[in-house]
Amino acid sequence: MSEQSTERPSAEQLRGLTTEEAMRTAAELDGVHLVIREDRFPIPGTKAEKRAERAVALSFALAGLAGIAFIVCFIVVPQKWHLPGTPQNFRFYTPLLGITAGIMLLAFGTAIILWAKLVMPHEVAVQDRHDEPPAEEEQLMTGATLVSGAADTGLPRRSLILRSIMFAGGALATVPLVALLGAMIKNPKDELHHTYFRRTKKTEELFPETQGRVPLVYDDWRRVSPGDIQPGGLATVFPGVREEYLDGKDGVHSASSPTLLIRLRPGQKVKSRKGQADYGWPKENPEYLAFSKICTHAGCPASLYEQQTTRLLCPCHQSQFEVLEDAKPVFGPATRALPKLPLDVVEVDGVQYFVARDDFPEPIGPNYWDRKPAKKKGGAE
Amino acid sequence: MTTTTPSRASQPTTAIGTAGKGLDERLKLSVPLRKQLNKVFPDHWSFMMGEIALWSFVVLLLSGTYLTFFFDPSMAETTYHGTYKLLEGVKMSKAYESSLNISFDVRGGLIVRQIHHWAALVFLAAMLIHMCRVFFTGAYRKPREFNWLIGLGLITLGIVEGFAGYSLPDDLLSGTGLRIADAIMKSIPVIGTWVSFLAFGGPFPGEVILGRLYILHVLLIPGIILALISAHMVLVVRQKHTQFPGAGRTEQTVTGERFYPTYMAKAGGFFFMTFGVIALLGGLAQINPIWLFGPYNPAQVSAGSQPDWYMMFLDGSTRLFPSWEIRLWGYNIPAVFWPTVVLPGILFTLAGAYPFIERKLTKDTASHNLLQRPRDAPVRTSLGVMALTFYLVLFASGGNDLIAKAFDISLNAMTWAGRIAILILPPLAYAFTYRICLGLQKHDREVLSHGLETGIIQVLPNGQFIEVHQPLGPVDDHGHSTLQYAGGAVPKRMNQLGAASPLKRIGGFFYPVKEKPEIQAQLDAAEAAREAAKHPAVEAPAEESIAPETISD
Repeated sequence: MSEQSTERPSAEQLRGLTTEEAMRTAAELDGVHLVIREDRFPIPGTKAEKRAERAVALSFALAGLAGIAFIVCFIVVPQKWHLPGTPQNFRFYTPLLGITAGIMLLAFGTAIILWAKLVMPHEVAVQDRHDEPPAEEEQLMTGATLVSGAADTGLPRRSLILRSIMFAGGALATVPLVALLGAMIKNPKDELHHTYFRRTKKTEELFPETQGRVPLVYDDWRRVSPGDIQPGGLATVFPGVREEYLDGKDGVHSASSPTLLIRLRPGQKVKSRKGQADYGWPKENPEYLAFSKICTHAGCPASLYEQQTTRLLCPCHQSQFEVLEDAKPVFGPATRALPKLPLDVVEVDGVQYFVARDDFPEPIGPNYWDRKPAKKKGGAE
Repeated sequence: MTTTTPSRASQPTTAIGTAGKGLDERLKLSVPLRKQLNKVFPDHWSFMMGEIALWSFVVLLLSGTYLTFFFDPSMAETTYHGTYKLLEGVKMSKAYESSLNISFDVRGGLIVRQIHHWAALVFLAAMLIHMCRVFFTGAYRKPREFNWLIGLGLITLGIVEGFAGYSLPDDLLSGTGLRIADAIMKSIPVIGTWVSFLAFGGPFPGEVILGRLYILHVLLIPGIILALISAHMVLVVRQKHTQFPGAGRTEQTVTGERFYPTYMAKAGGFFFMTFGVIALLGGLAQINPIWLFGPYNPAQVSAGSQPDWYMMFLDGSTRLFPSWEIRLWGYNIPAVFWPTVVLPGILFTLAGAYPFIERKLTKDTASHNLLQRPRDAPVRTSLGVMALTFYLVLFASGGNDLIAKAFDISLNAMTWAGRIAILILPPLAYAFTYRICLGLQKHDREVLSHGLETGIIQVLPNGQFIEVHQPLGPVDDHGHSTLQYAGGAVPKRMNQLGAASPLKRIGGFFYPVKEKPEIQAQLDAAEAAREAAKHPAVEAPAEESIAPETISD
């Protein structure tokens, strides 16, 4: 390697140098030593050189062609495909775009990297890091500047200003937080404690024929009758309240509503929880049971029912609930049984259908800090 | 260097040169610009991981901007009458409808959506692997602790950003994910229900969450990520990149290529390569087919619903955690709280504190610019593998239902296997890794002392069989070399010494390239001159060889 002087050359001297020499001089001044720097093709006109050049140019050309192919595909290939049975996109549209765009980008990148690796000179440069900690003199001088400036403000000895500024600063920093959080904060009150199954004055107006007890409906608002479900079967049912009053949704669309109505097979007996023995229908030896579908672990619908083992499985975290033990958790991370809905059947115009005697006796869904345990409500009249 | 007349370092004569001079006279660019152009970057394949993360973030910005032109983050209800006939007449949110429209009606919308999703997966994967690289080579040590913390912040924000992003289409999968997020918020002691109501503006799902996630996803979090990436890059440039030890590598210098033009070309080319791979994935590999899931409905869920991969470790921890709920004086701490709030809190705190813990325990307060090979820091490497094993058990448990289905295993057995594995595998991984590190260290020293195995077996006159070793340096009377291990890679195969590369200079795809005789003669002469000039000393293979004395100036 050439010995470079680290002295700054004059403009006059620099003008006398070749570009290469001037570049090396500058690099040395910047603490960069070019240890190895050699032309990939010191002998001009070799086939190897032409090959390298061609490889780069070919890759660029391929990128350009793929780009044109992308534009052609984008415009010419039909995106929508309305043959019977294929109501979706033309299935090759997106793959065609992907292949052309991918080839364009990969070829372009390859071209640039080949260019750097095959054509640009091979170089090993060594740069001084200069990362010793700053000299003590510098630290002393900067430190003195900072301390002197701080003294100028008077803060170190005027504690009144210091304290008041901390007070004001604290307030200034808190105001935007209060403004934002204050605008967003909402008191949960008892909204989590109830579902649309609750008997209220309003439901008494809405459903005089059931004395205000909320009817069970399917998601298309058809009422649920005992004969609808086969023994061993189940259905997802909802409170049949069309009006919005709890969370801006109606009974079918509220996130707290989904409920599983299970019909046991003949001979299956339920081990009921204390005080909830009469929640099923009929009250004695119940054949129908209703549980909240919302998993008490993390709120997914516990919707996989295995008839053979009478277990409900939540597919999110695999909590399992034993239906014959009143949906008690038997495996997985859930700790609480699915809340049980007190059922009854009323007969209107000769048709029997299910109603909820009242709301679930406890909040449905995942547990939280101040969730109240199940209590005996007006289920049994 | 070339035989053409060398140009002179003169005043500019071309139009570009004159323009540059004019610019410099106004902006004073010469000195700072030249410093950056001449900056030396070291090269190693493992340094590309961070680059992939950077470039996939650029892809995210580009594709995300495209998507904002077509996406409507509204939860207002509408009825679908679009191209996808299977959802004809279904009630859904406008967010879901516009996501369907991007997939089916916007020309090329689906590929951009898929590119965006794939880029997010690649972004987080690259960050995680980059973090592993930094950890296992000790690159986080002084003076680079700040960049370690910034990187950790980037991964955390990346996860939040990704979750916010895949919640936006309001399909069944993302709605279920949001409902779990709601349960996680509610599980926080004392303030849980307030946090949930603050986020959702009422009971789940409320009316506002998508709008809020949207502004978080397209403005707030990307803005912070961009700022942190900038700080990350500024620190890399200011502190200069670390590099592996090797011949001629010192703590005080950095060896590699200058930024301009070679490194710039390689890094720039790599952007297009990264983008190209993501574009191929986006075009060919279907991801998040929201039209198959349907709109969100709180009464429905699909089995086998896995979140994006970077959330799966949390899903796994939630599945494995036992049904332990604390009930005190009428108040509850739900089981969900520990694996989803406390566990990630502990994991990220430990990761952030690790450089400082290591510093305290090893009492190593020096600055380090040279990396360590993982084997040379066995405790750190074993701790890292232990942490990775812990992570992988959680990750696998996040998909344990799929594993159970694919291999016909009981789901409950999978859960129990995960619970046992999470306790047993990490310490085992520590012990194994530690032994492997020591073994590799020993082998390095053995090769340095005895030389390489050549595979040549000799029979001595007394009938003894010996294997001939190729020493790496001058040997003493016993055939032992006194080479000391210096932290760099030690050659382990004869090929790494250049013993077998007769094909090195033969080009040509179908048949060897033959140069013209007069050119071949010149090439041979140049080659002979090179050989003659070559120092006869043993060269350090595998790395760019620089004789130490050449760089001592």
